[in-house]
Amino acid sequence: MIRFIIRRLLFAIPTLIAISFIVFALLDLAPNDPTGQLPLTIPPEVRAQIRESLGLGQPFHVRYLKWMEQFFINEPLNVVEQAFGVEIGDSSERLRVRSWATRSPVVDLIVERMPQTLWVVGLSYVVGILIAIPIGIVSAYRQYSWFDQVGTFVSMVGFSVPTFFTGLLAILIFSVMLQWLPSIYDTTHEVTDLASLWMQIKQLVMPVMVLALFNAAQLSRFMRSAMLDNLNLDYVRTARAKGSTERAVLFIHVLRNSMIPVVTLIALGIPTIFSGAIITEQIFRVNGLGQLLIIAIQGADIPLVQTLTFLFAILIVGFNLVADVLYGILDPRIRYQ
Amino acid sequence: MLRKTGVITAAVATAMLSAGALAQRGSAGHLNILYWQAASTVNPYLSGGTKDIEAGSMVLDPLVHYDENGNMVPVLVEEIPTVENGGVASDLRSITYRIRKDVQWSDGTPLTAHDVVFSGEYCLHPDAGCNAASYFTDVTGFEALDDHTVKISFGVAKPFPYGPFVGSTSPIIQKAQFADCMGARAQECTEQNFGPIGTGPFKVDEFRANDVITFSANERYREADKPAFATATFKGGGDAASAARAVLETGEFDYAWNLQVEPEVLAQMAAAGKGKASTAFGTWVERLIVNQTNDDTGLGADKRSLHLDGANPHPFLSDPAVRRALSLAIDRQILVDAGYGVAGQPTCNILPAPAVYVSAANNECLTQNVDEANRILDEAGWIRGDDGVRAKDGVRISILYQTSTNSVRQGTQALVKQMWEQIGVETELRNIDAAVFFGGDPASPDTYNKFYADIQMYTNNFDGTDPESYMANWACSEIPGPENQWLGNNIQRQCVAEYDDLVAQMSQTAVLEERAALAKRMNDIIVQNHYMIPLIWRGSVIAYANTLKGVRQNPWDSGLWNVADWHR
Amino acid sequence: MTTTPVSPPAGNGLREAHVHRSQWTDVWLAFRNHTGAVAGMVVFSIVALAVLAGPWLHDVDPQYLDIRVKNQGPSLAHPMGTDNLGRDMFAQVLAGGRISLAVGVTAMLLSLVVGTVVGVLAGYYHRLDGPLMRTTDLFLALPLLPLLLVIIMLFRDTLRTAFGPETGIFLLIVFVIGITSWMQTARIVRGDVLAIKEREFVTAAHSTGTRERRIITRHVLPNVLSPILVSATLGIANAIITESALSFLGLGFPPDFPTWGRLLFDGVNFMTITPARVIWPGLAISLTVLSVNYIGDGLRDALDPRLRGA
Repeated sequence: MIRFIIRRLLFAIPTLIAISFIVFALLDLAPNDPTGQLPLTIPPEVRAQIRESLGLGQPFHVRYLKWMEQFFINEPLNVVEQAFGVEIGDSSERLRVRSWATRSPVVDLIVERMPQTLWVVGLSYVVGILIAIPIGIVSAYRQYSWFDQVGTFVSMVGFSVPTFFTGLLAILIFSVMLQWLPSIYDTTHEVTDLASLWMQIKQLVMPVMVLALFNAAQLSRFMRSAMLDNLNLDYVRTARAKGSTERAVLFIHVLRNSMIPVVTLIALGIPTIFSGAIITEQIFRVNGLGQLLIIAIQGADIPLVQTLTFLFAILIVGFNLVADVLYGILDPRIRYQ
Repeated sequence: MLRKTGVITAAVATAMLSAGALAQRGSAGHLNILYWQAASTVNPYLSGGTKDIEAGSMVLDPLVHYDENGNMVPVLVEEIPTVENGGVASDLRSITYRIRKDVQWSDGTPLTAHDVVFSGEYCLHPDAGCNAASYFTDVTGFEALDDHTVKISFGVAKPFPYGPFVGSTSPIIQKAQFADCMGARAQECTEQNFGPIGTGPFKVDEFRANDVITFSANERYREADKPAFATATFKGGGDAASAARAVLETGEFDYAWNLQVEPEVLAQMAAAGKGKASTAFGTWVERLIVNQTNDDTGLGADKRSLHLDGANPHPFLSDPAVRRALSLAIDRQILVDAGYGVAGQPTCNILPAPAVYVSAANNECLTQNVDEANRILDEAGWIRGDDGVRAKDGVRISILYQTSTNSVRQGTQALVKQMWEQIGVETELRNIDAAVFFGGDPASPDTYNKFYADIQMYTNNFDGTDPESYMANWACSEIPGPENQWLGNNIQRQCVAEYDDLVAQMSQTAVLEERAALAKRMNDIIVQNHYMIPLIWRGSVIAYANTLKGVRQNPWDSGLWNVADWHR
Repeated sequence: MTTTPVSPPAGNGLREAHVHRSQWTDVWLAFRNHTGAVAGMVVFSIVALAVLAGPWLHDVDPQYLDIRVKNQGPSLAHPMGTDNLGRDMFAQVLAGGRISLAVGVTAMLLSLVVGTVVGVLAGYYHRLDGPLMRTTDLFLALPLLPLLLVIIMLFRDTLRTAFGPETGIFLLIVFVIGITSWMQTARIVRGDVLAIKEREFVTAAHSTGTRERRIITRHVLPNVLSPILVSATLGIANAIITESALSFLGLGFPPDFPTWGRLLFDGVNFMTITPARVIWPGLAISLTVLSVNYIGDGLRDALDPRLRGA
């Protein structure tokens, strides 16, 4: 297993470099432009000058290699410097990956966005899993019971109604009519005491629930189908015949064998926490990583999009490896040569 | 509980004692401002759009502001220089400002003429990527005559010399702070760009790019009792409709900007009674641009939508009768009612304001006249075919009509398409992501300057109150093409000798009445030939809470230009 | 632990009496007895028939604007009311359904086929696993919007001249949604295949010299059917919603082309003025997704030989 992990990690390096190159080429090819959002009163000559100042005049490979240098050498050095308080070389002259829109280091922007992203998107993911797994188990165990029917109905409706609709509906009910909850997320809010914690919970409720409903819907469907597949297998009958309690059969045998698709889904889902939830973040103005990414894409902020996408790719590759390792633990028959 | 109650309760006592405009600095508590596009910097010179310029105007001041009527008001200077008071040289080649002596930066140092000189040189540096560079057109130098006198020289006679440092787009930044940020280094001065030291009513406490800015009152602001608010938040993100809702329905915010929302939705929100929406009309005109060159898909990149000195005319839009009929067939009032409400008025001019420049000669298009449009087309020989579409010599009037993605624009497109159907014109609609459409990437076929379509629609305007450079956009030399990297402003590709003469004359004329006559004539040439078809004079819509007083909506300058005067 | 091969279905006494009955007849009979599946089939057929027969059912031009009757509630002339430009909502929902259903089903099928093939191959053949899964990682990492912008820039005009503006953009959108949504199916199928290929019945088939292709189609595929069917039902909803997000970003169909997702999106701001604008498109999407889901459930049960006849 250890050898497998090491080999996969080594294999991940060329994969990630290939991904970074393809994404960079894609972004370079895309027809949107960083000056696109400037007022029309700014004449074209000035726009051309702005483009030049962003380094867009240089050839493609030079810009790509520059990004590589900034991202793989300069940024890690910077992290080391900040972590240990040392200075390596001439750190003031070292170029960092800078966003075109804000002219500030991309890494700082990402760090600034982490708290609200983890609070809202991360929490909604956890809530989603906590809702989905029990629903999936019970729905399968009591297939076609009223619980299953209601669960199926709610989760399919939850999946088929987009968050831009449920989010606005929630705002109209809880913010406009009842005036219970704030409709705008305050990213500067700090939790220091009970009152501010309560405030934080109040501003989290709507975005978290809207997103959790969406996540739970999908997960519970896969959970249910995997459970159903296993419930009818012979080993379950054997276990029952051998006198195992129903609880043991369900949780030790069936659940464990049903987790493979669920683990896959969760592993695919965790990276998406870090890419944010674009629509939900926009509706509640959470301004997390999703909003950062979409603004960057719309503004053709290539360094920012490239860096975010690349970090995302690292997470994808990493968590898919975690999933593969978990498969082996869940089902020891799976072997990796 | 939604606002920062701590600050409010602390301020309540003082607010009780001194109500209204006589409030003490900081007595009105906290101000919540909502811009649905978040600010990405506070330095207007490196801004990515209006949002950044307006955020910057909380902190930075220009020498001169435009007020809500378009008049210039001195801000950091003693008076507006004119030829009469000697501030403008008689040969119109220089302007001299006298800086107020009582102004301090928020760090306590005095404002001097050297800061002004520095601000100009900062923006004019060729590597800076300064987006206000066009305000400094023809400037040859800045000179501090003494600590409080600054002279700006021009290479040519400038009949209207009020470009540099007039309006929030080109404010004064502090030399001491930005000294190391000249040229290419401007990009790296994150700390300075995110927290410029200013002379304005507020100073930046915390800046979170593309998210939120927190401000507190500048204790050294030049007017002792202002600003009334102790702190302010400038939140960004979301969309226009929800921004309006946060002010008008939930009351979480005090002020929201640029609310292009369907009129009935806005009206319903305003009915909640927590705030009001208001409109101000500047120079924004939503117009159709009529391609004068052939944009046929079959043509190669060396011909498509290129002027080629008039050798590549559009197959049917080069016929004046067709263009006139297209304009006559549109019921502009319906477009206003459907998409704009109080935020729009039908117009037949591309130069809708200030009043002195507005031509009265073009009211034909204000009433829809389908019969007349049909008659014109019949007369010109465009005959309806079996499919109901008019054609002449095998050329069908089938229009590709593109615009940027925006729900109001798509509504307008659908309405116009139906109106044109009545005169036998076939229309295919297309909408393009705004970042692509307005982006100007030379490799993309979908930019407004490439114009690979028959007709396109967008809003254009000019900054300030002087239309000289705006009208100069449509000279022959401004026609975009590969030879100028598509960097021209004459998007419709018109080329009229008389128009070019008028452009040249205007740059030599100083008397306001004569300038107005020239501008009107240029406007008439464009709209009477229907090179552009004006549709709607658009206002900008803001919403503000009933408790917020002192807002003077300003279409000529930053919406926050008088934020120092706001109070509860 | 004793695990018997799943297929072919073991005959019991009852079936032996009807040996002429094929496997598919069995599936159909089981499907027919599944109440949910039959109800889903009926609802889906009604929705599909309604949108296909829309123009005969309700002959109002969905694009005809009558600004004088804007924002109206339901009436005889406009059973679902009108929108803010005075278009008839019923006609728009019918017309939108044609496109949404076509996009949903086609994109789902495309992503399903790609996902299943990649997943099965990667799970079954060890040497393909690395390259295929790394390709999956790449597709997962690709940012959708720039990809769309590039694809539209490169191919829109070619497809527009070849197929006309509507079919051209339809093909583009189906293709883009399809190729950017197969990765999840592929990962899930691969995970299951990895487990299944180590089960006794597969190793047994190997040892009896069964050809690989036959092992895959007869033994492996039937056992990964239920995650595939779940992916399929979720895939339709996903495609319909992705399309609406694309329209919203200006990368979808031309503005005068209604789709359910787009109708819903355009309607949200009018939720309190004319609720019909969100209720009907929302209901149409949910009904379709629900009915497809029940059909999927029924198919899954019918294809599972252990349940059939039980």
